[in-house]
Amino acid sequence: MTERRFFDEMVLEGGDARSPYADYQKWFANEDPKSLLKKSAEAETFFRRIGITFNVYGQKDADERLIPFDIVPRIISAKEWRVLEKGIEQRVRALNAFLADIYNKQEILKAGRVPEHIISRNAAFLPQMIGMMPPGGVYTHIVGTDLVRTGENEFYVLEDNARTPSGVSYMLENRETMLQMFPELFTKMKVRPVSSYPAELRRSLGECAPPNFNGTKPAVAVLTPGIHNSAYFEHSFLADHMGAELVESSDLRVIDGRVQMRTTRGYKALDVIYRRVDDEYLDPLTFNPDSLLGVPGIMDAYRAGNITIANAPGTGIADDKALYSYMPDIVEFYTGEKAILQNVPTWRCSEEDSLKYVLDNLAELVVKEVHGSGGYGMLVGPAASKKELKAFEAKLRARPDNYVAQPTLALSTVPIMTKAGLAPRHVDLRPFVLVSPKRVHITAGGLTRVALKEGSLVVNSSQGGGTKDTWVLGD
Amino acid sequence: MLGRTAGGLFWMFRYLERSENTARLLETGFRIALTGAQESNDSEWESIVATAGVRPAYVAKFDDDFEQATVVNYLLRDRDNPSSVMSCIEAARSNAKMVRTALSSEVWEAVNEAWMTLKDQMKRPVSTKNLAEVLTSIRQHSSLVRGALHGTMLRNDIFDFARLGTYIERADNTSRILDIKYYVLLPSTAYVGSSLDNAQWETILRSVSAFRSFRWLNEGEVTPMAIADFMILDKRMPRSLAFCHSKIVGNLSYLNHGADPELPCLKQASQIHARLSGRDIESVFDEGLHEFLKSAIADTGRLAAQIQEDFRFYG
Repeated sequence: MTERRFFDEMVLEGGDARSPYADYQKWFANEDPKSLLKKSAEAETFFRRIGITFNVYGQKDADERLIPFDIVPRIISAKEWRVLEKGIEQRVRALNAFLADIYNKQEILKAGRVPEHIISRNAAFLPQMIGMMPPGGVYTHIVGTDLVRTGENEFYVLEDNARTPSGVSYMLENRETMLQMFPELFTKMKVRPVSSYPAELRRSLGECAPPNFNGTKPAVAVLTPGIHNSAYFEHSFLADHMGAELVESSDLRVIDGRVQMRTTRGYKALDVIYRRVDDEYLDPLTFNPDSLLGVPGIMDAYRAGNITIANAPGTGIADDKALYSYMPDIVEFYTGEKAILQNVPTWRCSEEDSLKYVLDNLAELVVKEVHGSGGYGMLVGPAASKKELKAFEAKLRARPDNYVAQPTLALSTVPIMTKAGLAPRHVDLRPFVLVSPKRVHITAGGLTRVALKEGSLVVNSSQGGGTKDTWVLGD
Repeated sequence: MLGRTAGGLFWMFRYLERSENTARLLETGFRIALTGAQESNDSEWESIVATAGVRPAYVAKFDDDFEQATVVNYLLRDRDNPSSVMSCIEAARSNAKMVRTALSSEVWEAVNEAWMTLKDQMKRPVSTKNLAEVLTSIRQHSSLVRGALHGTMLRNDIFDFARLGTYIERADNTSRILDIKYYVLLPSTAYVGSSLDNAQWETILRSVSAFRSFRWLNEGEVTPMAIADFMILDKRMPRSLAFCHSKIVGNLSYLNHGADPELPCLKQASQIHARLSGRDIESVFDEGLHEFLKSAIADTGRLAAQIQEDFRFYG
């Protein structure tokens, strides 16, 4: 037997189940693999019929694709979850304190804990937000912290996703699907529910009502770029489940200093907007005069305290991968505590020594664009050909400050259902966090993304990844 | 409700109705081609294209070739034809997607499934052998959407906008069918009281799915006036102008919601409705059937524009 290189979350070396999976494995052993495979196929039909699809940019015919769903759940014990929960809350509080500081007093820069150029060269930094203090100092209201695991007690934060995390609709629909397919499992195991997320989101957004709000129930809307956006399904799903309006910028207008939506009976004022459009398409008067999209004057209404925009404009600076490398310092600076969750060691290629190290060890490293996302523009050293490495080296030398590098992590595996039975595949985890001036709420669960190709470490759906239902067990 | 949502619902159901109407026209043409003894069926297909209101675009693409296979595929699945069944289903689904939060999940799933199934069935040119099956499938899917709408949706403004789209499209469709064929119904070309050219009046009645109900009501006696009366003034007939406009007035009255003064669109709809009520078909013929139909088409178009304005579909 060859030595295992990766930590498997279901099966211990020797074949016994790890304790969170004990009941599941017992159940699985008595199931007929053929009928399980049939259920897999049923799940796909179900997803397609209700239209849980995403649009892929730049692919002509595949206008609507499904994210493959695997029927083996990703199970996390109550104890493991408590640690993650604490760590995520600490990190999210620090992120909000950091964002409020950067757009106001900039104490962390003055203290020299984060270099100024990280902010000044950050494309997501919005000078228009300087001096802005949103209700409760909350900049990032909805966060999707990406975690990876490498061992029994080793979790790392891979990305903070403070700008616009997506995928929460998959967390909810995956659970619905599992409940329909395997009701008996939920009676055997205590799985914490996730279905209250939309109600929690609504409550959390309501608690962020703008300073001038004086009614009883804030009017909330989800702002979408429209049906052609890759995450449109999620936008309409969330609006639907929150009982909020789903608006496009062409529905909105600023009248008497307030953001109002055009209804069949005239204009009606909004208090909180959960926007799923990028900063630059928010307000053509402030950001992009050539844009036909956006709501002229919305930023004035925002500054006047007449509307809350969630997440706040300018939040994207926190998603920069060069900034990420300072997160341990940021957590310590604002909370006075050591970070509970580890950062992945990160080499900033803008620094000469680091660049040299990265170039010397390229074949062992993962290199990412500082502003990249979705797994695009990324190099996975161990999986790259000589030619690819060579080409990437040239890119690195040309624009070193565009890149950071990290060691290739030995991501944990969870089995997926294949025709040949269970087979381990690498996973990550995105829990969903809601922040209001009153509280930080983390749904016990999240989106588990899984690389379906054997050996692959890239879990992004745009790169052929799938999803699993994520079970957090009760005590 | 958002004005854009109201517009999306209105158009979603206009497109669904249009796809059904186009399918029905094709069914009629196909039947006549199968049963007709005329020397050339092409003239009947030409008339079907004209009735569908796409003759200029068709001729621009195919000149005067009105061969069955060409016409069928143009009306069924040509993306260049915005009124083809497939284009309509696509447009209906896009609108449904846009207004998804206003629809029950049953309605959304019915539309989505219609789109998935029909897209698959019409991936390749539809042969004569498969035509009947595809046409049946179109009709069944639109029945499913309608059934889901009636069975699961709240009776509120969402429902009213959906119904408005349906009836506006239907009124427009019925008057167009009549107007293309009006000459067949004129006393000068068919002696009053005599039987019409079989294929012609069958086309008219079949294209509104009223062949059997008409025969049943009239005990087999077919006169031009009776057909015109049935399709224009008969309130029992769900595709007649009188029926559609009485429904439109009903839906708009709900939507008016005590607005004072009354919304302009409701006022217009009531006027159109009044012109169709309490009159007999002779007076329509006295006025001139063609003139009457021309102004009916224009009235419906104006009414649709007024609805769009009054409910702020586009700002």
